[in-house]
Formats: sequence, structure tokens, C-alpha cells
Amino acid sequence: MRADGEMRASGEMRASGARMLRRQAVNALALGLASLATLAGLIALVWILATILINGAAALGPHLFTRATPPPGSEGGLLNALLGSVMMTALAVLLGAPIGILAGTHLAESGGRRWIAAAVRFVNDILLSAPSIVTGLFVYEIIVQPSGHFSGIAGAVAMAMVLLPVVVRTTDETLRLVPVSLREAALALGAPLWRMVLFVLYPAARAGMLTGLLLGIARISGETAPLLFTALNNQYLSFDLARPMANMPVVIFQFALSPYPAWQSLAWAGALLMTLFVLLLSLGARFMLRPRQG
Amino acid sequence: MDASAAMAAPDFATAGEAAPRIMIENLHFFYGTTEALKNITLALPDRQATGMIGPSGCGKSTLLRVLNRMYDLYPGQRATGRVMMDGENIISPDADVNTLRRRIGMVFQKPTPFPMSIYDNIAFGARLHERLSRAEMDERVEWSLSRAALWDEVKDRLRAPATGLSGGQQQRLCIARSIAIRPEIILLDEPTSALDPISTLKIEELIDELKTDFTIVIVTHNMQQAARCADQVAFFYLGELVEVGPAAQIFTAPRQRRTQEYITGRFG
Repeated sequence: MRADGEMRASGEMRASGARMLRRQAVNALALGLASLATLAGLIALVWILATILINGAAALGPHLFTRATPPPGSEGGLLNALLGSVMMTALAVLLGAPIGILAGTHLAESGGRRWIAAAVRFVNDILLSAPSIVTGLFVYEIIVQPSGHFSGIAGAVAMAMVLLPVVVRTTDETLRLVPVSLREAALALGAPLWRMVLFVLYPAARAGMLTGLLLGIARISGETAPLLFTALNNQYLSFDLARPMANMPVVIFQFALSPYPAWQSLAWAGALLMTLFVLLLSLGARFMLRPRQG
Repeated sequence: MDASAAMAAPDFATAGEAAPRIMIENLHFFYGTTEALKNITLALPDRQATGMIGPSGCGKSTLLRVLNRMYDLYPGQRATGRVMMDGENIISPDADVNTLRRRIGMVFQKPTPFPMSIYDNIAFGARLHERLSRAEMDERVEWSLSRAALWDEVKDRLRAPATGLSGGQQQRLCIARSIAIRPEIILLDEPTSALDPISTLKIEELIDELKTDFTIVIVTHNMQQAARCADQVAFFYLGELVEVGPAAQIFTAPRQRRTQEYITGRFG
């Protein structure tokens, strides 16, 4: 009797041991595949970053910031492109951010007319996913064509149109995360709606809104397609937003495709600078969204 | 024998000795088509605390939100009847909401500190309605925080963010913020339900103290709290005002069977 019982027990143990082994094997396989996929993604990223870093670092130097883009066969820097990008991005933010914040605020706060908000949200999502080359062509039609020439203003408008839906979306979403009780508390003190929004909602949603803006800037600063049709490029240093304007993405695009080694190395340097800039913005956004105690 | 909310007003007005600060007459309230308050008639005596009790969903918080027109924010919510204050019907569309809310402050269930400094939290409301010099504002902030029994705890960190205070401190800050605009009436919507016993005690003592200057309306789920804080207690059930009377009478000799059943814990 006893031996029989022991045998059955050890049989069960063997069976459960086999099941356990099988589970462990499946687990190891799944984990291995997931790790492999992660590794593949990371390798691609590291590869891109390493290539940019190696090729770009070799071309780095103070001359990048002191001299304009050179004619073929001579030395130069990226000053005009950097300046153009900064000026156009700044103007794009000045144009796009206020409109985006106002529109996002309207969406989050217009409790009454729900269907309008739903429609605007839908259109905004379409704009968000619209190919940026379409935006470039659109601005070409409404500004470049009538004015007869490419200009920094047209470039900034195209960039603002790419930025706008990002800001609308993040403003809308972060404002809707602010608890209703906070709104009611401000209104219960007799605050008019605008003061409630300006002095209570915006400070409460500040981190999220700024993060959205930073990510939006990161996005537009790398956009090439909308600028090809609008700002185009300028060989010379120019502060005139009404004229064609040099900018990083288009310079990188043209120089990288050129047969001249000096231009190619400037393109690498430009790519590195832009990558660092976007990295910095992303880090800034993360820093602002970091969890805080208290 | 059902003495429901339709009872004549004078009977309720005698509940407290003081003259009514607010007279609610035949008030109905609707969320869309749902009637949340049914023909409420109730007097709120001047400089006394009125406690509102009743099971969840009975309409007591709704009534509070009628008194400062908080329901205005939400389309589909509407009130009919009269809420008289100084001869004016405050729920009529002609009444100025911001002026009304300056006179009737509100403290919510959960503390709602604004994302700014302790000082600015208090100054926010005062700035809306008055032009005060720096010195006057400093004085107002100290006065409000002292009245809310918070001054000693925060006087050395007025510029620190209000969100860093404890829950009980935050709620006292919200009370200070309400009294900083010197309202006549303070509405408290379950002000201690999110707080620990010590903080609750502090706020109850505070309510007792505030009664000397302000008319208080407090919604609470805590019967002991109503008994401790309120002079007059109103029991609501399913949107009706079942009974109102002096706190001692409501808790020792309720006239209505439903009140009796609720306060003895048989339902709710």
C-alpha cells in the first residue's frame, strides 16, 4: 500500500516536473524573442547615433558658428542655416503656440457645445497626421506664389502649421487632466472664467503644456519638406525674413547629396547639431514631466 | 400625516431664533429631466450653522451647489423656485453670479489648493474683488489664516507651494481662502470626509468659531459631526426635505419616522 502511494506521488512529481520544464522553456523562448526585438531596435538607434557622431564630430569646430555656408570647393560653416532655423522656428512658435493654446483651451473648456469640440478635435487630428509636404505645398500656394518668391516668413508659417495641431492636442489633453474641483474652487470664489483659466488652470497644467510645446519644436526643427517649398535656402547670411532663408534641414539635404567632400562633412556636422538639439529638447521635456513629491 | 417639504415656510423659520439669512422657497432642481430636489422650503438662520444630512444622492450637495449657482457651469442643470437673500432672488438669471459667489463662499469635499504659494492662494480671491495695497493684503492673509487656525503653522513659509501642505492643512487653507473675501455665508460640502480625526476636530472647532461672523451651511455624512457643529439640522431623503429642526430635537426626538430610521442607522 505504502509503496504504491509513494510510486504514485513520485509519478505526479515527475509529471509536474516535466510541466515545469516546459513552462520554463516557453518562458525563456518568449523572453529571448522579446529581448532580441529590443536589441534589434537598439542596434539601429545606436548605429544611427554612432554614424552621426563619428562623421559629425570630425567636422565639428568653431567655424560652424562663425561662417556662412561656402560655395563649392571652399571652406565655410553653418551660421546662416543655424540663424535661419532659429529665426523661423521662433517665428513659428510665436505664430503657432498662442493659436494652439487658445484653441486647445477652447476645446477643453467648451463644455456646452460638445459637438463643435468633437468636430474640431477630429479636424485637428487630421492636421496632426497630414504629411508635412502637403503643408509645404499649401503654404507655397497661399504665400510663395502670390508674393513671387520664397521667404523665411513662408517657412515659418509652414512650420507653425505643423506645430499648431501638436500644441492644440497637448493643451487640450493636459487641461482636461486638471480636476474639475480645482475649476469649481476658483469659480466659487467669484472668479470670472478667464481668470480661472489664466491663473489656476494654466499653472496647474504648465508642465504638460510646456512639454507639448518642446516636443512640437523638436518636431518642426527637423521638418524638411515644408521648407523646400517655402523658405528654400540662401547661400548668404540673411536676417531678412521676407527673403529666402537658409535653414538646417534643407542645407543638410542639399549638402549631403552634393559631390563635394567639404559640403558633405558640413551636412554631417549639421545632422549632429540637430540631433543634439532634439535630444536636449526631449531631455528638457522629460525633466519637466518628472514626478515631483509633495 | 406626511409632513413633507411642502410644509409652510413659517414653521421652518422658527427652527432657529435668528432671522433667516437665506430663505429657500419651493425650490426644484433638475439634472436634465431627473428631479433631484423636490419643492424645498427652508430658512437658513443668520450666523448659525445649518447641518444637512441624508443618504448619498438625497440632494443635499445639490442644494449647496444651488446656493452659489455652481450648477450654472453645466448645461442641462436648472433650478426653479426662489432663493431669497436680502430681497433678491439669487437664482434668477438677472442675479450677478460673481457678486453672489463673493458673498457665498464654498469649501469642497477634497482640499483644492491652487498650484501657487500659500500666500497667493489666499490673495487670489481677495484680488478678484478688492484693490488692496501690499500691507493691506499682508494683513488680510494673516487675518484669514489666523481665523482658519493655520497661521502659526505656515507663517514662516507663506511663499512655499500650497500643495506641500498636509491634507488637513490644505483644507484649512481652503477655508482661509473662502473667508479672505469676507463672505456672508460659507458652504461646506463634507469638508472633513477626506481628513484624519485630528484635522477633523480642528475644522469642527473652527466651524464653531466661524459661526460668530458667518452663516454656515455644512453637508455631512457624519451624524456626530452634525450634532456637534450644527444649530439647525435638515434631513433630506430622495430629493425631499423630510424634516428640519434644532439639532437637539432632530437627534433626540425626530418627528418623522424616516428621520428616526436614518439617524439610528436603519438605512442610508
